[in-house]
Amino acid sequence: MLKQGASTFAEGVDLSLYVIFGISVFFLIGITIVMIYFVIRYSKKRNPTSTNIEGSHALEVVWTAVPTLLVIVMFYYGWMGYTPMRNVPEGAIEIEAYGQMWKFSFEYPEGKVTDSLVVPINRPVKLNLHSRDVVHSFYVPAFRLKEDIVPNGSNYLWFEATTAGRYDVLCAEYCGQLHSYMLSSISVVSDSEYNAWLTSEPSNAGEHPGLSLLKQNACLTCHSQDGSKIIGPSFKGIFGTTEIVITNGEEREITIDEEYISRSIKDPNADLVKGYMKGLMVSYADVLSDEQIGQITDYIKTLK
Amino acid sequence: MTSKAMSLSYLQGKNGIFSWIFSLDHKRIALLYLYSILTFFITGATLGVLMRLELLNPGKDLMEAQTYNQVFTMHGVIMIFLFIIPSIPAIFGNFFLPIMLGTDDVSFPRLNLLSWWIYIIGAIMALSTLLWGDGPADTGWTFYAPYSVKTGTNVTMSVLAAFVLGFATILTGLNFIVTIHRLRTPGMTFLKMPLFAWALYATSWIQLLATPIIGITLLMITAERVFGVGLFDPSIGGDPILYQHLFWIYSHPAVYIMALPAFGIISEILPTFANRTIFGYKAIAFSSLAIAFVGYFVWGHHMFTAGMSGTARIIFSVMTFLVAIPTSVKVFNWVATLYKGSINVQPPLLYALAFIFQFMIGGLTGVVLGALAADIHLHDTHFVVGHFHYVMFGGTGFALFGALHYWYPKMWGRMYNKLVANIAFVFLFIGFNMLYFPMLVLGLMGMPRRYYDYLPEFHVPNMISTYGSWILATGLLLMFGNLIAGAWRKREPIGRNYWKTGITLEWQTLSPPPVSNFDRMPVLPKNGPYDYDNKPEIEE
Ligand code: HEM
Ligand SMILES: [Cu+2]
Ligand SMILES: [Cu+2]
Repeated sequence: MLKQGASTFAEGVDLSLYVIFGISVFFLIGITIVMIYFVIRYSKKRNPTSTNIEGSHALEVVWTAVPTLLVIVMFYYGWMGYTPMRNVPEGAIEIEAYGQMWKFSFEYPEGKVTDSLVVPINRPVKLNLHSRDVVHSFYVPAFRLKEDIVPNGSNYLWFEATTAGRYDVLCAEYCGQLHSYMLSSISVVSDSEYNAWLTSEPSNAGEHPGLSLLKQNACLTCHSQDGSKIIGPSFKGIFGTTEIVITNGEEREITIDEEYISRSIKDPNADLVKGYMKGLMVSYADVLSDEQIGQITDYIKTLK
Repeated sequence: MTSKAMSLSYLQGKNGIFSWIFSLDHKRIALLYLYSILTFFITGATLGVLMRLELLNPGKDLMEAQTYNQVFTMHGVIMIFLFIIPSIPAIFGNFFLPIMLGTDDVSFPRLNLLSWWIYIIGAIMALSTLLWGDGPADTGWTFYAPYSVKTGTNVTMSVLAAFVLGFATILTGLNFIVTIHRLRTPGMTFLKMPLFAWALYATSWIQLLATPIIGITLLMITAERVFGVGLFDPSIGGDPILYQHLFWIYSHPAVYIMALPAFGIISEILPTFANRTIFGYKAIAFSSLAIAFVGYFVWGHHMFTAGMSGTARIIFSVMTFLVAIPTSVKVFNWVATLYKGSINVQPPLLYALAFIFQFMIGGLTGVVLGALAADIHLHDTHFVVGHFHYVMFGGTGFALFGALHYWYPKMWGRMYNKLVANIAFVFLFIGFNMLYFPMLVLGLMGMPRRYYDYLPEFHVPNMISTYGSWILATGLLLMFGNLIAGAWRKREPIGRNYWKTGITLEWQTLSPPPVSNFDRMPVLPKNGPYDYDNKPEIEE
């Protein structure tokens, strides 16, 4: 059932799982068998008169003491498997990881920005976790690793991958409509491949800078470029058209121009396009500069 | 006390709608609660079956992502606030606590009626979110901030509904505490109380002391949504982790509001059908109090990945493991109660045995989640969904079904078809385990919870789980159909003590009980409530 572990934590986590499951299955099956045996052995037919045993001090002591010892053992294995997760070794590669509805993105110290991770094998990597909106959680089942991404929090995690390959990253904390599509991946590669990747040109060279910004900021998870309605209105052909919006609860008609686009990015809920839900988009005032908003607007103008 | 008026049953006499919805009789109020709670249970279960249908295959089967999110939130809110929290105390506690104590009503009958009305108002508020605006909340029943502050769905109303419902819980708790302290029949000391009364006593203290915390937390969410007061949303200066602490400070103890009354039911059913005294009366009684007490200090185990200090995580893990001890003591005593009994296998006993089995799975998977390393992998996955359904549904839900089958002849003076009851039980047992066991597997494989869609590798267990939900639904239909059909069956003589071996005081009165509960003074067994060696002779 468990995926093949692929980080240094897997062993400790799996050991704690095996120990606790071992003890649990033993008791579950044992108690169930005894229970069924009693029901058959002392059925009314076989045992017409019952014996009233009120209890036994010795037994109460035994079945308090035994679980006490067992939970100490179980706690111990849980603790041992967990301690290394909080002790980041020196010299770990430090990457900034961002969660937002509904996308992960990563910023390498060298400045590379990606939406999936590439890391070298057998080297500690530390992620500083930042959320741009609500709580998310960074979960890598194959690494047995999870930590919430809390807005304004200072959460972090680290790992050291032990097997080359590509591993799923899932968001484990419910974060709204497309929570189950908030996926990413970690590719574990050799040192030399990692270095080659790190210095390679981004594949989006030659792309419109506005489009790059839309991709980086996950705008396109909610706004399509082809006219289809996802969470928010599509960008296709909207520039210059008129639209009914809701401002302070009142409907009014506006024309989509530079100013409206800028306002929608900085204060998305002020003029809400009719038919869309309030509160789903957060302000990007602190994320995007006016210059970048200009680039985005230029790009939207090209979507006819 | 044997005049005719005295033996008029609580179901006879005035029978207009107002004589029910304004009744001060604890038995009628119990039935009001019974019918409303079961209606919500069936609604919630329907939503559950719809969710399973959506998860049958990857991709869209039935509904959009947003609808799925609203459905699991509604399912969670209904099942937690409208079904499982009130369930056993409000139905069977109301009906049987006064009778088991040998008295004629709870201490405050008017508060009792008020609590039902508050419950109904809260329920209407919760369901009203379906009708306007962007529809019911899509936050999950936990209302985690800051998502709950940002989303446009009707979170404010859902949260206010839960706030109102809290008062119904508080009033019931208060009423039971006072009733237990003040109204026990002469000669019934605390240590001669039935174990169901003990379980309700421990539960009531949690209801009284923990519920106000969720009340204030939910009001804070409202203040934040409506007036923009920055409490939990960091973009207006709040702290999302503070919300999680406040929420779980209530909601973990609430787990014991759900579980302890069920323990009480099991402690009643077992002696009756084993026809012998309970094993370890004091151990069972006091372990309820121990669980209620320690249960206050374990809430952090819901937050092992949320970013608490390492020390806090370790303390909460240790405390969580401590709760396992009194809980396992109970299980051992129950099983020992079967030893050298003279066991009569009847539908209520089947439910009690299934309870023990399923509750053990729920408890043991809980222990897995209490271990730090294991929880890091399993937190917020389907393993948790499997775990809490094993506790709440396989445990408390099955105990409630057991109680229905156990006290049915007493409450209505009629009987259901036992063969159908047994068949329904088999469907429920198989369906339940087939529905939820695969979720434990899915969690180990790494499938998160609250997941509208999933990676193809998770397909097979999801399919099995959905098939299980169909078997379970069949079992529910059979069981409820059978219980309802009992109303039209030819009456058979029920007598006072239908199972012959019931020993607590409700088995000394008429079935159904008269308005004032007893037509003659109840007689206590000589040495404690389960003293089968000196079981009082009951004349019909
Ligand atoms: C027919 C019976 C039931 C079915 C088929 C069912 C199924 C489900 C499913 C599929 C989920 C959502 C899993 C996810 O996507 O994360 C869920 C969540 C939940 N269920 Fe049930 N369930 C049933 C009965 C119950 C009962 C009896 C209770 C409580 C007593 C309960 C309490 C909950 C809660 C609290 C949640 C979490 C909601 C949330 O994530 O906010 N369910 N159930
Ligand atoms: Cu998410
Ligand atoms: Cu808890």
